[in-house]
Amino acid sequence: MKNVDLVIIGGGPAGLAAAVAARKNGVQDILILERDSELGGILNQCIHNGFGLHTFKEELTGPEYAARFIAQVQELGIEYKLNTMVLDLAADKTVTAMNKSDGLFQLHPKAVILAMGCRERPRGALNIPGYRPAGIFTAGTAQRLVNMEGYLPGRRVVILGSGDIGLIMARRMTLEGAKVLCVAELMPYSGGLKRNIVQCLDDFDIPLKLSHTVVDIQGKERVTGITIAQVENGKPIPGTEEHYDCDTLLLSCGLLPENELSRAAGVALSPITGGPSVNESLETNIPGVFAAGNVLHVHDLVDYVSEEAGAAGEHAAAYILKGEHAAGRTLPVRCENGVRYTVPTAIRPDCAGDTVTLRFRVGGVYKNKKIAVYLGDTCIFSRRRPVLAPGEMETVRLKADLLRGAGDAVTVTLEEG
Amino acid sequence: MHDIIIIGAGVSGCACARELSRYNADILVLEKEEDVCCGTSKANSAIVHAGYDAANGSLMAQLNVEGSRRMPALAKELDFAYDQCGSLVVCLSEDDRPALQKLYENGVANGVEGLRIVERDELVTMEPNIADTAVAALWAPTGGIVCPFGLTYALAENAAKNGVQFRFDTKVTGLHPLPGGGWQVDTDRGSCQARCIVNAAGVYADTLHNLADAAHPMKITARRGDYFLLDHTAGQHVRHTVFQLPGKYGKGVLVTPTVHGNLLVGPTAIDVDDKEATATTAAGLDEVRTKSGLAVKDIPLRQTITSFAGLRAHEARHDFFIGEIAPGFVDCAAIESPGLSSAPAIGAMVAGIVRDSLQLKENPAFDPIRKGILDPKALDFAARAELIKQNPAYGQIICRCESVTEGEIIDAIHRTPGARSLDGVKRRTRAGMGRCQAGFCSPRVMEILARELGVAQSEITKSGGDSKIIVGTNKDAF
Repeated sequence: MKNVDLVIIGGGPAGLAAAVAARKNGVQDILILERDSELGGILNQCIHNGFGLHTFKEELTGPEYAARFIAQVQELGIEYKLNTMVLDLAADKTVTAMNKSDGLFQLHPKAVILAMGCRERPRGALNIPGYRPAGIFTAGTAQRLVNMEGYLPGRRVVILGSGDIGLIMARRMTLEGAKVLCVAELMPYSGGLKRNIVQCLDDFDIPLKLSHTVVDIQGKERVTGITIAQVENGKPIPGTEEHYDCDTLLLSCGLLPENELSRAAGVALSPITGGPSVNESLETNIPGVFAAGNVLHVHDLVDYVSEEAGAAGEHAAAYILKGEHAAGRTLPVRCENGVRYTVPTAIRPDCAGDTVTLRFRVGGVYKNKKIAVYLGDTCIFSRRRPVLAPGEMETVRLKADLLRGAGDAVTVTLEEG
Repeated sequence: MHDIIIIGAGVSGCACARELSRYNADILVLEKEEDVCCGTSKANSAIVHAGYDAANGSLMAQLNVEGSRRMPALAKELDFAYDQCGSLVVCLSEDDRPALQKLYENGVANGVEGLRIVERDELVTMEPNIADTAVAALWAPTGGIVCPFGLTYALAENAAKNGVQFRFDTKVTGLHPLPGGGWQVDTDRGSCQARCIVNAAGVYADTLHNLADAAHPMKITARRGDYFLLDHTAGQHVRHTVFQLPGKYGKGVLVTPTVHGNLLVGPTAIDVDDKEATATTAAGLDEVRTKSGLAVKDIPLRQTITSFAGLRAHEARHDFFIGEIAPGFVDCAAIESPGLSSAPAIGAMVAGIVRDSLQLKENPAFDPIRKGILDPKALDFAARAELIKQNPAYGQIICRCESVTEGEIIDAIHRTPGARSLDGVKRRTRAGMGRCQAGFCSPRVMEILARELGVAQSEITKSGGDSKIIVGTNKDAF
C-alpha cells in the first residue's frame, strides 16, 4: 500500500471538508477511509432541505450538500476508499484498515484527522422497561430504511426524544403514510432546533409532550403499545400514564461521538462531549492527530461541521508541511454559569492565526443573557443573546491578539444581559 | 415413527440431542420458536456455577458439579467461548460468617474442588472493586463464564451433524400414548410419532409432564430475572464472578465479566404468571441497580448498553426432575439455575435413560468435533490478511461495534441449524450485540439475510413469528 501524508477517518461532511482544505493548503497525498459504500456519511439519508444556508447561501438537501463537497474532492483528485473499515489507530498514528479488495492493510501517515461522526443512543442505554420486540428503532435507523431503501418501518408511531432527527422523522413518517401519535421529551424543553419544531411538528399537528418519557413497551413480537408518563426531576409521576396503541417506537435521545478508535489510540476524551479534548488547532493530545465534526462534539448544523473540519484540514496541512508548532503559553478554557463545554479546551495564543473560534452549548434554556469571555479577569468578548437553548450550538470568534494579554486561563460564561 | 422426539431446543434439549446422537437412532427436535436458544437459554447469567450452592444430596448438586467438570473439555470439543475465571461469594458481615462456612462445607460435600475461604486482604487483591464492607469470601476456582448461545448452538450443530433433525416454529399441542408403545405428538403443524419422548420444554415442561402423567402433576413457575449488560469499557470492573452471600443485607445480585468482555449485573427473582412475560419492569431494574452495589463498588451502570429479562423454570422442590415417568416418556424438567452449568451432565443423564429404555446401540460414525464460526479477530495480521484474500467477505465489516464481518454472518446463516432472523445472526455472531444495539448494522444484516435465504427483505424478522422489521413501503397507504 502506497504511503500517504494524511489519513482522514470518515468520508462524511467533516472528512470531506477536511480533505478539501488540506489539499488547498498544500498536502498532496491524502486518503479518506470511508466505511460506507458512498461518500457523504449521514447526509445521504437526510433528504430534507435546510442544509447549506450558511455555507452556500442556499437551501440544499443533505445529498445535495454532500455532493458539493464530493465534487470538490473529486476535482482535486483526492483519493478515497469506500467500504473500508479502520480497525485500529495506534498512538504512533499507524492506521490498520480493511476492505474486500485491498484486504487488511496498514498506513503510517504523518497526520490523521478523526472524522468518524457520532451514533445514536439506543433503547438499551435508556433503560426503558418493557418487552424487546421488533418495532423499536433509533430515528436514524428508521430514516435510513425510509429514505434510502423505501421501506416503512411502522404505521402508528410514538417518538421519544425531540432531537432534530426525531423531529425530522415525525414529518417524514407522516409524509410516507404513517400516523405519528406524539413526540415525548424527557426534558422541559426540546433538544432540537426551533425551526424543526415548527416545520415538522406544529405544521402536522403532532403533539410535543415535554417532561414526558416512555415507561413501558408492550408487545412480545412486534410493538403493540407504548405507555408514556409525565416526569418530575427525571422520575415518572404515578397516575400520569397515557397509553398509545402503536406498532413503532422511534428514539431520538441523543447522539454520542464515536470515539472507540480515538480511545484505543490514547486520545484524551472530554467526559462532557464524549469527543477528544483539542486545542485551538483542533489537535488532540497526540501531536498530528486532529478531530472535527460530530466526532469532536455534536453539532446542530452541518455548515458548522464543514467550517470546523476545514480548519482541521488547514491545521493538519500546517503540521505536515511545517512541523509541530513551538507551543509557547497554553491557556486552559473553562466554562461557567450554564456553559456546558467548549471546543477547544485549550488555546495556545502563539499558535493561533488571526482568530480563535470557540464553540459551545448551554445546559438549559436561558433568556436575555450575555455570552462573556474573560482572559484572566479581563473581559475580552461579550455579546447579548435573547435566547440560548441546549439544542443550538453557540459560536464565538475571538481576535487572537486579545489572547496575548495577561491572564492564565480563558473563561466562557453567561452573565445577566 | 421416530425413535426419539425431543421437545424443546434450549440448552437442555440440545444437550440431550447431542448426547443421544452418539447412538443409532432417528431423532427429531421440536421447537415452538424459530431457532434454538430462544427461551431461558438465551437470557441468563451466562455463568458456570462451581456447584457449592445446591443442597448436598440433590440431583442439582450432582449434575452441577459434573456439568462444571465436563465444561472445559466440551468447550474444546465443540469450540464455544468458556473461561474458568473462578467465582467469589462475598460475605458482607461478620454475622454472616457461619453461613459462609456452611456454604463452604456444602461445596466440599458436593465434591467441588479447590474451595477456600479468602479473607479481606486477599479478596481485595483478587478483586480491587470489592465492597468496603466485604469481610471474606468463598473462592471457587472452578467457577466460570460461558457464552450461553455459543454452548447451545454448538450442541445443536453437533447433534445435527450426527443426524438429528430440527423442526422449528412447531408448537406441541397434544400428546397421546400409542397402543403398541410409543407416543403420538400433535403439533400446530401436524402430528408425529416416536418410541420415546424427551420433555425439555423449559417453563412449559409441566404442561407436557401433566399430559403424560396426570396422576402426579407438576407445576413450574416462571421466575423472572432482570439484568443489565454493560459495554466492554466496563468489562474489567471485576475479574471473577462475584456473588453476594445471602444474609444480613438480603440476597444480592451477581456481577460478572462475560466471555465477550462485557459486564453483566443481575438477576432479580420475580415470580410471574405469564410464561412469556420477559418484559423488564422499572421496579425490577431499580432492584438490580440498588443491589448491585452491595458486593461490588462503583459499578459504572451509566455504561449499560441493554437491559433484559429471562425466565427460570422454577419448581417448588427446587431440584431438577429427570427420569422416565411413563414408559417411553422422559422428563428433563424443572431445569432452573444452575441448568446452563449442568447441561453437559443433564444431556448425558437423559441419554443414558433413553438408551437403556430403547436399547440403543452406539453410532460408530459419531463425530464429537464441531468447529465454531471463524472469528477473524482471533487471527494474527498475516493470517487475517490471507483469509480476506481467500474470501473477501471477511474484509467487510457489518457490525462496527463488535467488528463482525460479512463472512461470519454468511457462515451463521448457512449452518445447520442456521440463522434466519436478526436475533439468530446476533446470537451466533454478535452482530448487533454491541453498544449501538444494532442501530447501524440491522439494515445491512437484513440485506444479507434476504440475499442468502432468497427471500424479500420485507420478510426478515427480528426473532420469527410476527416480529417483522418493516411493515410496508413508502406511501403504500395512499
